[in-house]
Amino acid sequence: MVELVLPKNSRVQKGHHHPAPEGATRVKTFRVYRYDPEGTQNPSWDIYDVDVDACGPMVLDVLIHIKNTMDPSLAFRRSCREGVCGSCAMNIGGRNTLACTHGWEEVPGKDVQVSPLPHMPVVKDLVPDLTQFYAQYASIEPWLHTETPEPQKEWLQSPQDREKLDGLYECILCACCTTSCPSYWWNQDKYLGPATLLQSYRWLIDSRDEATGERLDALEDPFKLYRCHTIMNCAQVCPKGLNPAKAIAEVKKMLADRVV
Amino acid sequence: MVSYRTPLGRARGLGSAKHGATHWIAERVSSIALVPLVIWAIYGVLRLASGDYGFAVHWIQDPLNATLTVLTLATSFWHMHSGMRVIVEDYIHKTLTKSGLLIINLFVCGLAGALAIFSVLKVALGGA
Repeated sequence: MVELVLPKNSRVQKGHHHPAPEGATRVKTFRVYRYDPEGTQNPSWDIYDVDVDACGPMVLDVLIHIKNTMDPSLAFRRSCREGVCGSCAMNIGGRNTLACTHGWEEVPGKDVQVSPLPHMPVVKDLVPDLTQFYAQYASIEPWLHTETPEPQKEWLQSPQDREKLDGLYECILCACCTTSCPSYWWNQDKYLGPATLLQSYRWLIDSRDEATGERLDALEDPFKLYRCHTIMNCAQVCPKGLNPAKAIAEVKKMLADRVV
Repeated sequence: MVSYRTPLGRARGLGSAKHGATHWIAERVSSIALVPLVIWAIYGVLRLASGDYGFAVHWIQDPLNATLTVLTLATSFWHMHSGMRVIVEDYIHKTLTKSGLLIINLFVCGLAGALAIFSVLKVALGGA
């Protein structure tokens, strides 16, 4: 649904200011989105003046430093801290990316602003509710569909066919692309979004899959697929350097191939 | 109201409409058609601007000019209807408002296109 102005109880207010500790050698200001669903307060921007010489180079290092030394109430997801799990996806300096692989020095501007992935319900602070995102991924049945009896050893695939999965299998489902897409902001109840569509294409071009037609049937829909208007935010923000927009274009080409 | 529908049930929704590919192709084909048609139309308007009323009537009565004018108008209004439809679907979500706007879009584009084409034919077939 298009919402140009936030509802009254979602407007972000001024929050607390956490000054840098005495003796800090190099101070950088981080504006972090805070929201506690159990309280009655609106969300707020908390200001943290961080002694960046006391922590690592990545935004995730800074967040962990804040939680450990300045404010233990800050909530965020993280796990692998090396861009493999996708847990720490958030909006940093106006761009969706992974906090663990994004250096705070790369963020342009004076202060670094950190907020949860846009246009998703917020569980707490930087933790978005991705239930719908995962359900949409499940809805495309992301596993091999076959009717031919299972071979004795394995389903064979030529190296050339395996190469077609490059640039697709690397997706870690961090939701950076999907939540950066305006089409997904306005129509997330029906539009599948770039991550799920890239994964669909990963199964559509898998030479071992036998359900290509059924998969295309399930995607051919004005909303599920064709809400993509090639805005390209997905390709711009993907922290793994993938191109979901291209995968979606390939799906559209496959569908066109069926009728002409 | 609390909904106990499962997330997967919600994500699947009403299922696929199983159409959209032809609309997508038609949008692109009409765009391609409009490139030469619009270039020709600009050339036509420039020619008409340099002549008087009689010259314009005579120009429209030429079978090639009449046909290309009708094709330009038909393709433009058809393309306009497709594009507006996508915009309405993108931004309007209340069923009644959306259906109303889609109908208005169809009627306005249909009426404007029919009027324009009829006017050209009237001149071309010697009515003016």
